[in-house]
Amino acid sequence: MSKVIVVTSGKGGVGKTTSAAAISAGLAQQGHKTVVIDFDVGLRNLDMIMGCERRVVFDFINVIQGDAKLKQALIKDRRLDTLSILPTSQTRDKDALTSEGVEKVLEELREEFDYIVCDSPAGIERGAQLAMYYADEAVVVTNPEVSSVRDSDRVLGLLNSKTKRAEESGADPIKSHLLLTRYDAKRIGEGEMMNVEDVLEILAIPLLGVIPESTAVLRASNVGLPVVLDDKSRAGKAYEEAVARLTGEQIEMRIESEERPGLFQRLFGRTA
Amino acid sequence: MFGFSFKPRNKGKSAQTAKERLQILLAHERGGNGSSPDYLPMLQRDILEAIKKHVHVERDAVDIRMERDDELSSLEINIELPGGRTVQSSASS
Ligand SMILES: Nc1ncnc2c1ncn2[C@@H]1O[C@H](COP(=O)(O)OP(=O)(O)OP(=O)(O)O)[C@@H](O)[C@H]1O
Ligand SMILES: [Mg+2]
Repeated sequence: MSKVIVVTSGKGGVGKTTSAAAISAGLAQQGHKTVVIDFDVGLRNLDMIMGCERRVVFDFINVIQGDAKLKQALIKDRRLDTLSILPTSQTRDKDALTSEGVEKVLEELREEFDYIVCDSPAGIERGAQLAMYYADEAVVVTNPEVSSVRDSDRVLGLLNSKTKRAEESGADPIKSHLLLTRYDAKRIGEGEMMNVEDVLEILAIPLLGVIPESTAVLRASNVGLPVVLDDKSRAGKAYEEAVARLTGEQIEMRIESEERPGLFQRLFGRTA
Repeated sequence: MFGFSFKPRNKGKSAQTAKERLQILLAHERGGNGSSPDYLPMLQRDILEAIKKHVHVERDAVDIRMERDDELSSLEINIELPGGRTVQSSASS
């Protein structure tokens, strides 16, 4: 049975695309046939994060409008042969997405792939709603910060009301997971940012993982490598564990606490 | 000047890669009206029409692959013909 997973958040810039890239690459690395779709029409970025931007010929919108066949638009990843990317259009806007078109593409992808990961645009408008509508599961990407948590709550409301699973009587509701990203242990240790328990208490959905704030994420995006493939980095490791949990493995949650202040800091005190 | 360089001494290798990737991509995106590959569906249709005058081929028999680079972009067109023969043609610009 194939699964459609939407990576969504409401708030912009919290790490959806980073997470969609990492999760899809992580699933493919485990041997699952995986495709990742960019739903952010007009602001194509997934192709850059995946490092295949020079190979885009046709896109999601071309397929929906019948200008290209699905197999012509799918780009095969060069590192993982179980991974494909369906880029979106850079020139069109969200109105080019139709509900029937999205459904048809997803149905066709279900025949070939085990996992279909949808990278949602920010917001709660049409684009975001279409990205979540046909999902079986949702990864709600949240930063430990008030506006992000509030927007995630709003998105959880939509997942439970404005989706196919919510509307169909008898269907199980969408399974939502919380992915806490840009987790800054130092600032959390200092009480400047909410910690995992705080966010979990408010949103009350199962925790998929905690991704630390990490320079490896920027480095990976610079070179077009999903950060999960940088297995030496803490962020990469954290994504790897999140992916394992997504596939049902039981892995203990190790949340890093604040690093102890180094000698230098102890001698000279904290600045700012 | 006194032989003094203001270039950042150790600009991380990955930042340089990022810059180069963007330069290549944006040169192409700005080149056309927005994004370059917009003509590709039309090109595909025309190729198909031309072939259909001579051979019967399926609608999805034409496969176009692209690879953009800073100096050279290449378009690889694969056409599946009935009877197991494949015509391959590469064009560079
Ligand atoms: N764990 C992390 N550590 C450090 N930086 C991160 C982390 N996760 C994401 N970022 C950075 O945050 C920025 C936004 O990330 P990303 O593009 O994945 O967010 P998004 O939710 O997809 O944004 P949008 O809403 O615009 O689509 C990027 O610069 C990315 O490198
Ligand atoms: Mg994004």
